[in-house]
Amino acid sequence: MSKYPISLKLFGEKAILIEWPAEVSESILYDILAFAEHLRSDQLDASLWELVPAYNSLTLICSKKIKDTDQLIEQLKGWYNGVKSLVPVKRQLWKLPVCYDLEFGIDQETVASTLELSIDQIIEIHTKPVYTVYGIGFLPGFMYLGGLSDELKIPRKESPRLHVPKGSVGLAGQQTGIYPQESPGGWNIIGNCPIPIFSVGEDKPCFVSVGDRIKFYPITRAAYDLYKIETQVGIYKIEHSIVDV
Amino acid sequence: MFKVLEPGFFTTIQDAGRKGLRDKGVPSSGYLDIKSAQMVNSLLENNSGDAILEITMTGPTLQFEEPTFIALGGAEMPAYVNKELLINNEVRQIDSGDVLSFGKLKNGFRTYLAIKGGIQSAEILGSRSYFKPLTERSRIKSGDEIPYSPHSDFHPKISSIKTNSHLKQKHLDVFPGPEFSALDAESKVKIFDSAFTIAKDYNRMAYQLQEKISAHRISMITSANLPGTVQLTPSGKLIILMRDGQTTGGYPRVLQLKESSISVLAQKKFGDKIFFKQV
Repeated sequence: MSKYPISLKLFGEKAILIEWPAEVSESILYDILAFAEHLRSDQLDASLWELVPAYNSLTLICSKKIKDTDQLIEQLKGWYNGVKSLVPVKRQLWKLPVCYDLEFGIDQETVASTLELSIDQIIEIHTKPVYTVYGIGFLPGFMYLGGLSDELKIPRKESPRLHVPKGSVGLAGQQTGIYPQESPGGWNIIGNCPIPIFSVGEDKPCFVSVGDRIKFYPITRAAYDLYKIETQVGIYKIEHSIVDV
Repeated sequence: MFKVLEPGFFTTIQDAGRKGLRDKGVPSSGYLDIKSAQMVNSLLENNSGDAILEITMTGPTLQFEEPTFIALGGAEMPAYVNKELLINNEVRQIDSGDVLSFGKLKNGFRTYLAIKGGIQSAEILGSRSYFKPLTERSRIKSGDEIPYSPHSDFHPKISSIKTNSHLKQKHLDVFPGPEFSALDAESKVKIFDSAFTIAKDYNRMAYQLQEKISAHRISMITSANLPGTVQLTPSGKLIILMRDGQTTGGYPRVLQLKESSISVLAQKKFGDKIFFKQV
């Protein structure tokens, strides 16, 4: 496992921000996640600390005021540099169905004309990559996905919509993602995923973790309706496999 | 239980909030003014995280179905049990059928109503705090029936208290945020030298400030936010995240409020002035 120069900063009186070099890179992300796992299992009291990884940073949030901050920062540096090899974390690859029909993909035609692509090409380009989850935030269960093809780069809509439906799959800049709940938003909507990314009724409300991978595949309208019902009655099984990173 | 006859402008159930789900994008939620919330729970000898009502700007009208004890704190809003005045930070016995109503807000913005033993509504992901869409509701509605366990025998150790109120405090104690050092020299001075006015957009997610500091081109990769993080937009607008605020963001985090200053800010409303003071 490679080591990076890391910087540690106090973030208020209850948190410490650890930053890796300012790059969007999978090897940095996996180094962060392996260090987070090491802290969680061997060093920090899990009942007191919440760890929030995102892209090139790891924020450690304590439910109390941190007493000896200087000492903790030194300890953290020592733990990072002292660990001989961090155990790479096992990650999941989730295969998520998306219905790209125009009924859901309300901006498909605009995207197609702006990017000079056919709708079939958009679907092909969007479903080709394996995306990496670099962070979860903005809304409960909203994944920041890396790996979108440059061919699908399109600016945000000039005026955001007040209500983007739950499950909408969108494009904005270099990003693609799923709206896990209905929300206002300015992304270009190209389809809808019938599988809820965040469900409050479950023991684990969000099956995805930072560092996981996502692959989309196209489905018909009929399959969309079927998966939706299967999810509601709790028999839909999301296709997934463990990937080594 | 008590029945909601009138909901007031924006009344929610809040407790100490959700823990352990910030990495899934779930904000903490919970009482915005922790200081006032703890005071009313303490007077009733409740647990410090018990669920209470957070009443924003105008009060609800509530009818109690079982005997209990209540206490009010935070923003000063005259309250009446039937027709009898109830002051803040005082324990009052309630009989079944009693109606609690409120007059006009006098000072502050959020009033807290605690009930002996705490509100017993359903927990969602370990908390009773309202946060739509995790909870069905964003606020209480007329006709809601909110459960609590009846109490008719309670002898409070302290029946009323005069508190050192933070309602009038104008300064917010802050630490430099992770991107503070990226500010230009002028902004670093201006942010501590100026008074700022609460803008029209202010709620449990965030408070926006009217006056801008300089526009900037500081770029950063999306990273974690906290309640009390002061973000700076590219146009120079300051946004202070509150307890329902999003867990990650891409705006520079120029300041971080001290925990106690989140309670101070929670009592501010449109047009109020604040200034930042470095700890």
